[in-house]
Amino acid sequence: MSKLMKLNLKVWRQKNAESAGNFEEYKIDASPDMSFLEMFDVLNEQLIETGKEPVAFDHDCREGICGMCSMVIDGRPHGPKQGVTTCQLHMRSFNDGDTITVEPWRANGFPVIKDLTVNRSAFDRIIASGGFVSTNAGNAVDANSILVPKEIADEAFEAATCIGCGACVSACKNASAMLFVGAKVTQLAMLPQGQPERQSRVVAMVNQMDAEGFGACTNTGACAAECPKQIPLSVIATLNREYISAKMNGK
Amino acid sequence: MTLESKIPAGNVADKWTQYKSSVPLVNPANKRQLEIIVVGTGLAGASAAATLAEMGYKVKAFCFQDSPRRAHSIAAQGGINAAKNYQNDGDSIHRLFYDTIKGGDYRAREANVHRLAECSTSIIDQCVAQGVPFAREYGGTLSNRSFGGTQVQRTFYAAGQTGQQLLLGAYSGLERQVGLGNVKMYARHEMVEVVKIDGKARGIIARNLVTGELERHFGHAVLLCTGGYGNVFYLSTNAMGSNVTAAWKAHKAGAYFGNPCFTQIHPTCIPVSGHYQSKLTLMSESLRNDGRIWVPKKQNDDRHPNDIPEDERDYYLERRYPAFGNLVPRDIASRAAKERCDAGYGVGQSKMAVYLDFKYNMMQRYGRTEASKLNITNPDDETLIRLGKEVVKEKYGNLFDMYKQITNEDPYETPMRIYPAVHYTMGGLWVDYDLMTTVPGMYALGEANFSDHGANRLGASALMQGLADGYFVIPITIGNYLSKEIHTKPISTDHEAFVAAEKTANDRIQQLMNINGTRTVESYHRELGLIMWNKCGMARSEKGLKEAIAEIQALRADFYKNVRIPGSINEFNPELDKAGRVADFLELGELMCVDALQRNESCGGHFREEFQTEEGEALRDDANYMYVSAWENKGDSWELHKEELKYENIKIQQRSYK
Repeated sequence: MSKLMKLNLKVWRQKNAESAGNFEEYKIDASPDMSFLEMFDVLNEQLIETGKEPVAFDHDCREGICGMCSMVIDGRPHGPKQGVTTCQLHMRSFNDGDTITVEPWRANGFPVIKDLTVNRSAFDRIIASGGFVSTNAGNAVDANSILVPKEIADEAFEAATCIGCGACVSACKNASAMLFVGAKVTQLAMLPQGQPERQSRVVAMVNQMDAEGFGACTNTGACAAECPKQIPLSVIATLNREYISAKMNGK
Repeated sequence: MTLESKIPAGNVADKWTQYKSSVPLVNPANKRQLEIIVVGTGLAGASAAATLAEMGYKVKAFCFQDSPRRAHSIAAQGGINAAKNYQNDGDSIHRLFYDTIKGGDYRAREANVHRLAECSTSIIDQCVAQGVPFAREYGGTLSNRSFGGTQVQRTFYAAGQTGQQLLLGAYSGLERQVGLGNVKMYARHEMVEVVKIDGKARGIIARNLVTGELERHFGHAVLLCTGGYGNVFYLSTNAMGSNVTAAWKAHKAGAYFGNPCFTQIHPTCIPVSGHYQSKLTLMSESLRNDGRIWVPKKQNDDRHPNDIPEDERDYYLERRYPAFGNLVPRDIASRAAKERCDAGYGVGQSKMAVYLDFKYNMMQRYGRTEASKLNITNPDDETLIRLGKEVVKEKYGNLFDMYKQITNEDPYETPMRIYPAVHYTMGGLWVDYDLMTTVPGMYALGEANFSDHGANRLGASALMQGLADGYFVIPITIGNYLSKEIHTKPISTDHEAFVAAEKTANDRIQQLMNINGTRTVESYHRELGLIMWNKCGMARSEKGLKEAIAEIQALRADFYKNVRIPGSINEFNPELDKAGRVADFLELGELMCVDALQRNESCGGHFREEFQTEEGEALRDDANYMYVSAWENKGDSWELHKEELKYENIKIQQRSYK
């Protein structure tokens, strides 16, 4: 068993969307082998046992793939390590005696529900506006009848690994969702199956993104730096290119 | 009530084709008048909701997560099977059918499994058409790999994120229908009660998890696509929120529960590291394509694995099962790991782990090929490792990263330490050929039903089943029921059945909140999990199961006296959500033990210590137990019904992978 670390936590507490919210401080002993969320499990058990309200936070798969966990840790979405979601962050990334500040995603497009939990349904509405290929079940031709060069498939896959967590928005000083939208637009623009709706898709998704209150992109690159799946900044260039091209075609 | 599986007549290979061309249909105008509720938005739910909406039905879809894209299908790693025979290695629908029945240890229903194999090929076509970026070869064709229990390469994949890519495909189809107004999506909603009118499922009571309000929803049919119940063990590879609640409410409303004790323990998971552990993480079965499993030949060998010479290693799967080697099915690989660890050969701090080692294939399989491509003759070990590592990285990079993140060890340098963990539940709501439960109008799809995997599921077959059920089976079979419902007008949610169901749900929530005890929900869940793992896990016995039943009953009684749920009802309160789920697990756990106790044989993942061969393999009793156990809820007890299984197309034999 590894030695326990003594940590101070400053955690954002907010009863609901309407209330103001404030930081509360907690002390906790954590094993270096715990995940960050397991430390919160331990904290919550302590809070419940002492008659206090546990901290509400979103989480589900705890394998870094569902995209549900969402904490800003010491000012960085998903914490200090690159390419890692909060659920895969382990306490060995911290030191004995550290004070750790934990906040929710902060963006107009992601209103707080309670404590560290936010509403990210804006992302679903962006996908519903055009992030798909319009094909009904039963229509498809044999999978190998359309060949896709490996490099293209690999690049589309890289963009498709976005988990929709919203760290990009949280990291951006403008709360822009361009990395998220760019990832989906890039994936489908690269593949032959995405061609028929290529131009209408990008315009619809950008319009919806704007309607949801996400900000503009000023190319600081914070989104890609904080993305737990390391979606490259180039998807934003692709998004811009696709958008301009569609607009020039009168879409 | 007698069980009617409604398997169509005729040759197994023709049943589905004949069924499709003769099943009653609902015309497009009538479809627009019919409402369908889909609970759960994983592969089965998202694909069903999208497809039914494409056909014209009015769909309402529910998920407890904040978005339908988060359902736990997203975490499936290795791949999806399909009998495409793209590798020209002798695959066929019949072979996939045969492998699945044999893999399930002859406890699955022939007709359903054959249909599954038939649908498998269309799934790949559908997913590619949606823009799912499967792995491809340099020539542009789709790539395949092998999974356990098969001797062909029929598994399609997208790195170690196949579930994610397939789910995002289904999710995009679902969101498309949301955008078109054909599906109304209810995220952060949990189904807490079934509404039955005149014996038929006519809706659900759902709880809005943000506001705590109970809502009434009408549907001409209700589809439960709510996944498995592995979290009854507390520690499993399931997501934290995965639960049995919807299925359990259906069970209490009259749906029989099929083979509840059939659970899958997956052999390759990252071992438990401490008491605070909240879940276990799978390392994909695909790793067994290139990873070799071994333990030291000496007991309690504390040397670093890299310091143990080749001739002092026991590659026990290759030794015991030369025909399938490291790619034996999951139940067999898990038991073999347990056997070695119990005998004192385990490794790591806890001694409850075995090694999964990539070095040999990294060097000899991939390193050599790459060296040859680069015209390097006589490459040294360092070159082989460097070149092979790149290939391994491309195939399994995200899994290796995840392993390192969790354990702080680099699997490119040191073998992974792995141990079996609860992963999947073959049991589930009993359904007929139409996927309908014993409650008319209520269906169960995907992992939530019992139908296709018998006593053990083969790897890469869960994704196949979820999508087959959603894209290709239910859109056809539901016509058999809804064609008779076209005269049923939408029923007002003021109907007394809705009022009564809402009251039942409300009373239950009030009861939980009013206990005001001292123990956390989590502590009960953890204790239940331990009972289940120790006495209804990888090895079971009559004595252990009887003890477990008594312990679970006592724990349940204590839960209703001493649990403490903070906060209030009408707010976002995850502890209350969890309390409802654990309350259901506390009942399900007992039924699982009851089921395991009555099945006096070993088959697949169900291993009763009293019933094994001299070599320690599962010993089936086909004469007495070749049936599906379907349990009817009787309030405080259960009544067993049996569906006899008939094998007309497959010769039953002792399952062997030697």
